[in-house]
Amino acid sequence: MVKNILRSRGNLSRAERSRKFWDSFMYWCFSLCGLSAIAAVCGIAAYMVLAGTPAINEIGLFHFLLGSRWEPTAPQPAFGVLPMILTSVAGTALSVLASVLVGTLTAVFLEELAPNRLRQAAQATAALMAGLPSVVYGLVGATLLVPLVGKAENALFRGSSSHIFTGGANLLSASILLTVMILPTAIQVGGISLRAVPRELREASLALGADRTETAFKVLIPAARPGIVTGAVLGTGRAMGEAMAVMMVSGNAVNFPLPFHSVRFLTTGIVTEMGYSSGLHRKALFSIGLALFVWILATDLILEALVQREGGGQSA
Amino acid sequence: MTAMMAILFYILLRGASKLRLSLLIGQPSPLKGEYGFLPGLVNTLYIVVLTLLAAVPVGIGAAVYLNEYVGRSGRPSRLVRLINLMVEALAGIPSIVYGLFGAVFFGEALRLGYSILTGSLTLSLMALPIIIRASQESLAAVPQCLREGALGCGASQWQMIWSVVLPCAKRGLLSSVLLAVGRIMGESAALLFTAGAAVNLPKNWLTHPLASGASLTVQMYLGVSSGKYIDEAFAAALALAAVLLGIYLLAGILGREDK
Repeated sequence: MVKNILRSRGNLSRAERSRKFWDSFMYWCFSLCGLSAIAAVCGIAAYMVLAGTPAINEIGLFHFLLGSRWEPTAPQPAFGVLPMILTSVAGTALSVLASVLVGTLTAVFLEELAPNRLRQAAQATAALMAGLPSVVYGLVGATLLVPLVGKAENALFRGSSSHIFTGGANLLSASILLTVMILPTAIQVGGISLRAVPRELREASLALGADRTETAFKVLIPAARPGIVTGAVLGTGRAMGEAMAVMMVSGNAVNFPLPFHSVRFLTTGIVTEMGYSSGLHRKALFSIGLALFVWILATDLILEALVQREGGGQSA
Repeated sequence: MTAMMAILFYILLRGASKLRLSLLIGQPSPLKGEYGFLPGLVNTLYIVVLTLLAAVPVGIGAAVYLNEYVGRSGRPSRLVRLINLMVEALAGIPSIVYGLFGAVFFGEALRLGYSILTGSLTLSLMALPIIIRASQESLAAVPQCLREGALGCGASQWQMIWSVVLPCAKRGLLSSVLLAVGRIMGESAALLFTAGAAVNLPKNWLTHPLASGASLTVQMYLGVSSGKYIDEAFAAALALAAVLLGIYLLAGILGREDK
């Protein structure tokens, strides 16, 4: 102890000093890297607010969010995004519901009933599909899905004089495409949460005389519910934020969301007009971006709160 | 499940009929009536390299900070929880919002305009959460006894990280970089307003990052929305899907061997 004090700073060898220097230098470097995530989110938030609020101030929040007319280039321009908001909500809700339903059932089938080899093949496919670029999805949607939906539309509305035909580029196509796009994630997350269900629960249920289907529906799915909810929230984020694929199948006219209406989502609204907009119109597009950003961030925070509560409950 | 398989087969079917090497490494030339994805391919390469240059050091650095400096002492502090929350938030922000941010911040505030550099900087923010998360996992898989051994031999914390922890985790770190590459290669919405849509080959290889350039995905999108090059786009989609499959498989193998 005394010796340590006697060996005061001045006596440190050169190598020792450089070692100390590098140690603290690298510590600061790593701290900066760690803080970069906070800086990035704050920077994005600040710039989205800066770029998004002028137009909202000019148009008025009420007229912007609840206005039903979007005519940015008319002599009397109107900037109401309600149809786009409703379209995004409807499209997202439809596709998340469908993909969670199908995804959970697929995950149950793969985890509980399918032979090993099929499960591995399916998991590999799901992993690839989850990473496929949205342009590729859009391409397939535009050439495969849109004509099919167009045929259905022609059959349904044959002879109708009031229906505006979309040729298949409508809300239904977009929802189906979104469903397919978030399905892989739903299957993966569903599989993970099913695998996390304790073995005892499954065995107890089987021992009580329930068959595998009953076990799956009455024991496993309720037990895996937190994971399934997480998957749904993840899917909501992805579906809300998807732009390019939806752009290629939804028709892009600003309409209220009905299955066979040509519609425009919040995201596609930005992509469609960004190229040629200017002035207030351009600022309004940034306001749409801000609305989207706030929405997604809120969803994320809710998810985080949910996960922390579930996690806390499990560890306690 | 069958729907997913069907999509893959459809891409395979429509893509294979048009897939030629000359399509992928040829230039579009309206005069000769030819189309090629070489400009998109070159731009994508530029974007991947520049994005990684920015995102990999910061991402791995952040993972090291979270895992080696602050993550070891029991309950995570408030700062660490904030960082984790922000990483989640970054991962959740839609690419179109990144695109808008990149356009106003890098493009207008930093005066980089529509350029490959703007696009790359934007994408490096997107790649950050992927790299941080995956790197953290592989750092956490390094056995604690190795760290203690190094510290016991008198290494400083930085020496321990540089000579023991990082080499042990290098496969996992590489896998995290590959995941990011996959994400970058497939991105389109964030690039449309940042890297622009010019389908040109570089005039000058050095200053090309400051020029506007459409990535492969953006070029595909432009080709399809012009209505003329749908079959060509399918061929490019097939090639892209094959490359991505390779990247993800490799990332999976590298990531697994770590554990």
